[in-house]
Amino acid sequence: MNYLNETIDSLHKKLADKELTSKELTEQTLAGIKETDKDISAFITVNDKATEVAQKVDEDGIKGPLSGIPIAIKDNIVSNGIKTTAASKILYNFMPVYSATVLEKLESAGAINIGKTNMDEFAMGSSTETSFFGNTHNPWNLDSVPGGSSGGSAAAVASGEVVAALGTDTGGSIRQPAAFNGIFGIKPTYGRVSRWGIIAFASSLDQVGVMTKRVEDSATVLSTMAGHDYHDSTSSEKEVPDYRANLNKDMNGVKIAIPKEFWHEGADPEVIQQVNNAIDAYKKMGATVEEVSLPTLKHAVEVYYVLASSEASSNLQRYDGVRYGFRAKDVKNIKDLFVNSRSEGFGDEVKRRIMLGTFALSAGAYDAYFKKAAQVRTIFIQEMNEVLDKYDLIMGPSTTSAAFKIGAKIDDPLAMYMNDILTIPANLAGLPAASVPAGLANGMPVGLQIMAKPFNEQAIFNAAYALQEENKFYEKIPTALKGED
Amino acid sequence: MNFETTIGLEVHVELKTKSKMFSPSPVAYGAESNINTNVIDFGFPGTLPTVNKEGYRLGVMVALALNANVENHTHFDRKNYFYPDNPKAYQLTQHDKPLAHDGWIEIEVDGKKKKIGIEELHVEEDAGKNTHGNDGYSYVDLNRQGTPLIEIVSKADMHSPEEAYQYLEKLRQIVQFTGASDVKMEEGSMRVDTNISIRPVGSDKFGTKVELKNLNSFNFVKLGLAYEEKRQSAIIKNGGSIGQETRRFDEKTGETMLMRVKSGADDYRYFPEPDLPGFEVSPDWVKEIQDNLPEPADKRRKRYVDELGIPEYDAGVLTDTKEMSDFFDEAVKFGANPKLVSNWLMGEVNAYLNDKKMGLLDTKLTPKNLSTMIKLISDGTISSKIAKKVFKETISNGTEPEGWVKEKGLVQESDPAVLTPMITEILDNNQQSIDDFKNGKDRAVGYLVGQIMKQTHGQANPKVVNKILMSELNNR
Repeated sequence: MNYLNETIDSLHKKLADKELTSKELTEQTLAGIKETDKDISAFITVNDKATEVAQKVDEDGIKGPLSGIPIAIKDNIVSNGIKTTAASKILYNFMPVYSATVLEKLESAGAINIGKTNMDEFAMGSSTETSFFGNTHNPWNLDSVPGGSSGGSAAAVASGEVVAALGTDTGGSIRQPAAFNGIFGIKPTYGRVSRWGIIAFASSLDQVGVMTKRVEDSATVLSTMAGHDYHDSTSSEKEVPDYRANLNKDMNGVKIAIPKEFWHEGADPEVIQQVNNAIDAYKKMGATVEEVSLPTLKHAVEVYYVLASSEASSNLQRYDGVRYGFRAKDVKNIKDLFVNSRSEGFGDEVKRRIMLGTFALSAGAYDAYFKKAAQVRTIFIQEMNEVLDKYDLIMGPSTTSAAFKIGAKIDDPLAMYMNDILTIPANLAGLPAASVPAGLANGMPVGLQIMAKPFNEQAIFNAAYALQEENKFYEKIPTALKGED
Repeated sequence: MNFETTIGLEVHVELKTKSKMFSPSPVAYGAESNINTNVIDFGFPGTLPTVNKEGYRLGVMVALALNANVENHTHFDRKNYFYPDNPKAYQLTQHDKPLAHDGWIEIEVDGKKKKIGIEELHVEEDAGKNTHGNDGYSYVDLNRQGTPLIEIVSKADMHSPEEAYQYLEKLRQIVQFTGASDVKMEEGSMRVDTNISIRPVGSDKFGTKVELKNLNSFNFVKLGLAYEEKRQSAIIKNGGSIGQETRRFDEKTGETMLMRVKSGADDYRYFPEPDLPGFEVSPDWVKEIQDNLPEPADKRRKRYVDELGIPEYDAGVLTDTKEMSDFFDEAVKFGANPKLVSNWLMGEVNAYLNDKKMGLLDTKLTPKNLSTMIKLISDGTISSKIAKKVFKETISNGTEPEGWVKEKGLVQESDPAVLTPMITEILDNNQQSIDDFKNGKDRAVGYLVGQIMKQTHGQANPKVVNKILMSELNNR
């Protein structure tokens, strides 16, 4: 099975019309993954129980739009009885005893967890190169990174292994890989989706989202998995709209803000060209586009790395070798158990962030780092909200460049961090944001980023859908896959 | 050189909730290891806390009972440290906005009343427990992990071990009467850490603070602090200086031993818990809790004296524990004479408890049964001799007294129509005793009563018997 030309709707029709059973679809999906992953390596674990689950769905009858459809799950979303590693050695053998709320909701809608996708270790990275389980390759160029941290999910969708995948986004981890792989990816408003069962990176920034080739498919999946969850006190009680049913590509009179700071001087001109073309398309569709300024954006990366690393340093303390996961051998005392398990279990990037966050929270540094960063975040949120008081959408590039080559930045953490400058704002402000394919730059995909008011995911789906129907990017087949079939 | 002692106490009190502070696991003492746990208590990846509102409500109750000001907008913080019994490697607590601040309680030492200030009270979660086996392994039990605690931090207002002792007694009593905690040192639902320093009288600078731990009773607190006063003053008198250290009290020797030297303050890297939004503690809710606070011990004692005529000392004994005081109130509510209820509780009941080494609520005695039994004595249905039998039965087996005395035929015979013919017959058969009586030998009366009691198997009401007998004797 290859999903390059399929949508959730087209699959649902086949299943509902009994042209295909879920079991057959699942078997074909597994076979497709086996074949395609030889080049792509999108998965850490393939769910060997998926066929059984599909058979059960067949027996119960195909119901809603996701019923019987296999989807991929990022490996920091815990899945009962299926190994969940967050791509870290420290959880290399971790078997969860419960499932994340998002997964439970999707599974009760009949979706099938086909497997767990590769990612940067604990979602810390922008290239999926920090994974303990090796690199994932970009289906547009196997020498390029798929982006990250949800690189496995993005590559799985872009290469047609699955029709939809879940990702998580703390500083751009859905949108950047979506852009690098030429697919759609949405990070909902903070609180829109439950974080129960998401292996925490930075609790005040993390949010689960969806990655698909088609905008309408993400709309379907998000409606299914969003909503309040008593397990997550930060989840919102706001009602969840039927984003799919409400899709509307009319852009007449929609007010779009383009922050000039997003047109970064270091950005690749080819990328900027594609983004400008997309924005011109909106103008032609009747939207008004005006330049605005977000002066505090220049501090966003520093603020983000202080806050996210601080929270991470605390969130990752539980990996101590005592109760689960990797435990160092031959330890003499409790201190060695902690120190050795963590020293051997975490990769370099994770350690770097733990150190950074531990420092930022320490007694002598707290006021100058953590507290100051939290204050700047508040100012930045105000700035974003002021823009959104006047405009419906904020648009800009999703990334400053197209996918870079594997190994190009892995030894330059600062260059890697700067990748996130365009995606971090939505996380700091808790806003919904997506990346939608805008075109190709030197043969590699480019994403347009769209942000909206809190809980107005619908406005993002609508605008992205309008562009999708205009440029029909989904018809393009990733170049590294050509001639494979 | 004379020294002045400065003592501050940090008291942890377990709040009596059904479930844990941040997870739905049950809270229970003495269960099998790791039974009362779930994925949250184990700190599994992906788990999140939720606030137990009841735990917070109990915390507010304690704060109000201690005259503290409740904070209206607050949040939880993470206190980060690694330890095997601390599964997330952070403890949820309230660091910069505690539940309440600036409370006080009044103690009495040597007849003098004194207010001891309370700096702050905050809600937090308890850790699990580590035990070290003989097999070379250490074991972690997470049953206690997440149990709600309130930490009550006193001001450094105490100047003697006796004041610290009185503070703890009073604190225990006040908290116990709110019903928010069992406050049992022996079960760990109340734990005490102390800070003590000494300085030469007149010095304007505090001495170096020593932390004293492992104090498993109020008495040990007193002994440990007294030992520290002596130890520290001896060091200073010999020209030495006090180290900033944590010491533990050794119950066997009565001495304190060095646990660890503190090198600077611990850095717990506190920061606001991002998994739980800040929350409002509305003044309306606080008022509602205030209005529904159970009557405190002091007020009860006063009410017993003023309204029920209980002697001051007895009222003090009755209000020593909430369970005794509640029991007393209940029994009185069922209609028994308060003074008699008090006498029974302080007499027979306490003797029974001491004998069996039991707590009041461990017995089968109920306030209603005690009240019924006392009423049966008061209205002459049973004699006080029979009452002892009834008491034994009801406290051991929970038997309802009224039905039981009837069933067992223990009801006292008080009917003159039954007793008079019996007495007449006995007199007819004992002319010698009548003669003795007439000759002024009172002993004869005792003999005759004995005869009547023998014939009625002890069930004749002695008062009624006496009355009939005297009138019959005088008529002969």
